[in-house]
Parts: sequence; structure tokens; C-alpha cells
Amino acid sequence: MDSVFSGSLFFGGALTLLACGAGALIQRKLKWMNPMVFAIAAIIIFLKVFGISYETYDEGAKYISYLLTPVTVALAIPLYRQLNVLKHHAKEIFAGIIAGVISSMGSVFGLALLFELTHEEYITLLPKSITTAIGMGISEEFGGMVTITIAVIMITGILGNIFGELILKLFRIHEPIAKGVAMGTGAHAFGTMRALQMGEIEGAMSSLSVAVAGLITVIGAAFFANLI
Amino acid sequence: MKYVYQFSVILLISALGELLKYLIPLPIPASIYGLVLMLAALMTGVIKLKKVEAASDFLLEIMPIAFIPGGVALLTAWDSLKNMLVPALVITIVTTVFVICVTGTVTQLMIKGGKKNG
Repeated sequence: MDSVFSGSLFFGGALTLLACGAGALIQRKLKWMNPMVFAIAAIIIFLKVFGISYETYDEGAKYISYLLTPVTVALAIPLYRQLNVLKHHAKEIFAGIIAGVISSMGSVFGLALLFELTHEEYITLLPKSITTAIGMGISEEFGGMVTITIAVIMITGILGNIFGELILKLFRIHEPIAKGVAMGTGAHAFGTMRALQMGEIEGAMSSLSVAVAGLITVIGAAFFANLI
Repeated sequence: MKYVYQFSVILLISALGELLKYLIPLPIPASIYGLVLMLAALMTGVIKLKKVEAASDFLLEIMPIAFIPGGVALLTAWDSLKNMLVPALVITIVTTVFVICVTGTVTQLMIKGGKKNG
């Protein structure tokens, strides 16, 4: 089937939007269903079943990925609308993000010792909590396997997007700023998408945390990378 | 024409983000520079909120769609991922729960503490 679709400019884009639309329809019946996660799973299965390569899909889908930068730029708008919250609680927000970044790299380090991972495997997982583009850079710089880093970042995001709210409830985190900071620091843009649905304060704090946690991880990784 | 103008501002800022990425040798993506630039432009009044708000709200609404192709790329990582599948999955699941819990708890405790003292 691959040859039928290879070279198509619109196949990948159409498949992405259709899968997302189907996910939204299913969500009406099954409330817990996440349309984005459904779409990712449905497209992977579709491509596998019909023997279509990722390259063929991406020929059209890359025009959707093109939106990633403008979408991130647009995250400045809810953040600007909630600037007062940031000004009043800057200390608490930054302390929370720093605690999150240290606990992320610290727990990867601890578990890497437990699993007796090599330096290469450890570095691959080290930037798993932050946004893909920064995480890729860290993995590359310190000698990790970049494709696996991207995969674990994606899995982290999907887990945070689906289970983040449950985790917050379980640990009795109700404060909107705290919820936003936790979602952004723990599950980058995927967590932010869920945070935006919780409320504008949550969404704004989550966007801020994605950027700040990414930057702090760049600095922190220079220290953590040498530990294994 | 409103949307044409608004999108042109957002794309221009995205392009400036790319320029910064080109000039600064750090593993920071153009999108993060763009976010900071947009926030700075709004705070200084160079760009008025009303001039970008409608297009931005549209972009935020379709945000999940923009991440789907990257998620589908998981299928290309399978061959390399399967060699370290168990540690990778265990570490990813445990740390994700741990980071959300620690970050949220620390932030919440500090905000509550601040309210009591202040």
C-alpha cells in the first residue's frame, strides 16, 4: 500500500485530522478517552495494518508539525493574561519547578543505578520530563540515543496527559497554581494541554513551567550527566 | 483580514525565535525563544494583546493536533527502544508520577505557608 500513498501531500494531514475527529466523537461516549492519544494509537495501527511507512505519512503530516512553533509562541498569551499570578507567587513557582527538575533527574539517576544502566542509556533517559526539542539537544550533547529520548519524552507526555489529574487528586494537590506547575514540569506540552482544560491559571502556570523546567534542566544536566 | 494580520505577527515572532536559535549555541528550541519574545513584546506594549489574541486562542485550541505526528513517530523508535524496554518504561512511569507529586506538593506547601505568614 505504501507506493499508493507515497508522494501524497495530503494523505498524512487528512489521516491526522480524521483520526482526531474520530477521537473527539468517541470521547462523547467514553469520557475518559483522550482524542489526541486515541489519534496517535489509531494512526500507528492504521499504518501498520496497511503497511504504510512513517515517511509516507509524514510527507503530509509534516505540515501539521509545522504548527508546533507558532502554537508554543501562542502559549505566551494565557501566561500574559495571568501575569499577576506569576508576579505574586514567583518564589513559590520557581521553587516548585526547581524541586521538580531535581526530583526528575535524581529519580532517573537512582533508578539507573538500580537497573545498572550504561552511561549511554542513562543519558538517554535523563531529559525525559522536558519538552522534546530541549530534551533531544541534551541527549545528543551528553551522548544519549536521541530516537529513544524522543520516545520516552512522548510516553512521559501521554502518561501525564492521561493520569496527571488522577495523580494530583491522589496526593491532594488542589491549588490551581500548584496543579499547573506540576503538569508543566512533569509532562511538558502534553501536560499543559490538560492543564489548559483545568483552567486558565493552571494552563498559564504549566506553559511557564515547560519553558523554565527545560532551561533549568539544560544547566542541571551538565552536573547529572557525569554521575554515571 | 484580522486573522491574516494576527497570524503574521505570530509567524514573525516564530521566525525571530529561529534567528535566536541560530545565533545562540544552546540546545534551546526556536519555540521557547518565541514564547519568551512574545511575552516580552506583550509586557512592553510593543504588541497589544488584542492584536494577537484571536489567532492565539485558535492555535491553543488546535494544539493537541500539532503533537499527533510526533507521537506517531513512536513507531519508528520501536526497534531501538525494545532493547531497553523494561528499564525505560519502569523509569518513565515512576519518575512521571514522582515529579508531578513532588512539584505540586512543594508549590502548594509554599503557597499555603506564604498565606499563613503573610
